[in-house]
Amino acid sequence: MSSAVSALKGAKYEGYVKVEELGLRGMITLRGDLNSAKMKKAVQDVTGAKLPNQREITHEGDKAVAWMSPDELLVMVPYTDVHETLAALEKALKGQHFLAANVSDARAIFGLSGPAAREVIAKLCPVDMASGAFAPGQIRRTRMAQIAAAFWMTSDTRIEVVCFRSVAQYAFDLLKDAAEPGGEVGIFA
Amino acid sequence: MLILECPCCGVVGEETEFAGGGEAHLKRFGPGSSDDQFHTYLFAKENPKGVHFERWRHANGCGKWFLAARNTVTLEVYGTYSAQTYEPTQEIKDKISAKVPGWSWRGFS
Repeated sequence: MSSAVSALKGAKYEGYVKVEELGLRGMITLRGDLNSAKMKKAVQDVTGAKLPNQREITHEGDKAVAWMSPDELLVMVPYTDVHETLAALEKALKGQHFLAANVSDARAIFGLSGPAAREVIAKLCPVDMASGAFAPGQIRRTRMAQIAAAFWMTSDTRIEVVCFRSVAQYAFDLLKDAAEPGGEVGIFA
Repeated sequence: MLILECPCCGVVGEETEFAGGGEAHLKRFGPGSSDDQFHTYLFAKENPKGVHFERWRHANGCGKWFLAARNTVTLEVYGTYSAQTYEPTQEIKDKISAKVPGWSWRGFS
């Protein structure tokens, strides 16, 4: 048996914001009619988290559900629980028009922690990161330099970023560069 | 730089988050159509100096297509609306009329 490894094997960088690759996380792309009662129930039963509204992310313990588009959710669970979750979703949504796919190994996930975490994202993405415009509970899919990425805040000083695994090194280098000591702007401090 | 609002996910983003998809409200002519119709569909595009309607895709966001009404001279965006429509909303048309009296674009005015 081969054992799964994350793209950068937990690479870390201690800048003025700490950047780390968060290792393996179970991720399931779930598409279908997000307004259907069956979908709401399935998501809640499987993750314990409520189905998120537009551009929101809901957390429940180590699980989370993020709103990706009007017909797509990203369900996050511990890596080892993916197959079980997938089976539960498929059972709960039987008869519905839906898609549930395991994309865990197609993604990389990073954590940014520190009081200036917002600033690192603001340097790389065309997004207003002021606390009045972006807050924990929201998710934003956007462009991070040359790649597509999505991020959300788990607290006011911690941000999680996901991108495709194929561009994990590029994303890590970007974040690392933006978090380099001496590069502080202090705009959100 | 254009600032567009994606009507599918509500994000107000700048141009680089989106990808342009050419002219909006095209009627497709495929197999079974005459050479003339197919030629017109493929090549005869509007290229106005002023009011224009375009398709855009929220490529680095929700991935959905939508339509935008904008001005190619001033880069003003009059509004964005669902791609599943045959013409712009009256609200957008009114907004254009207020700024560019007497405008017309293909069958719209």
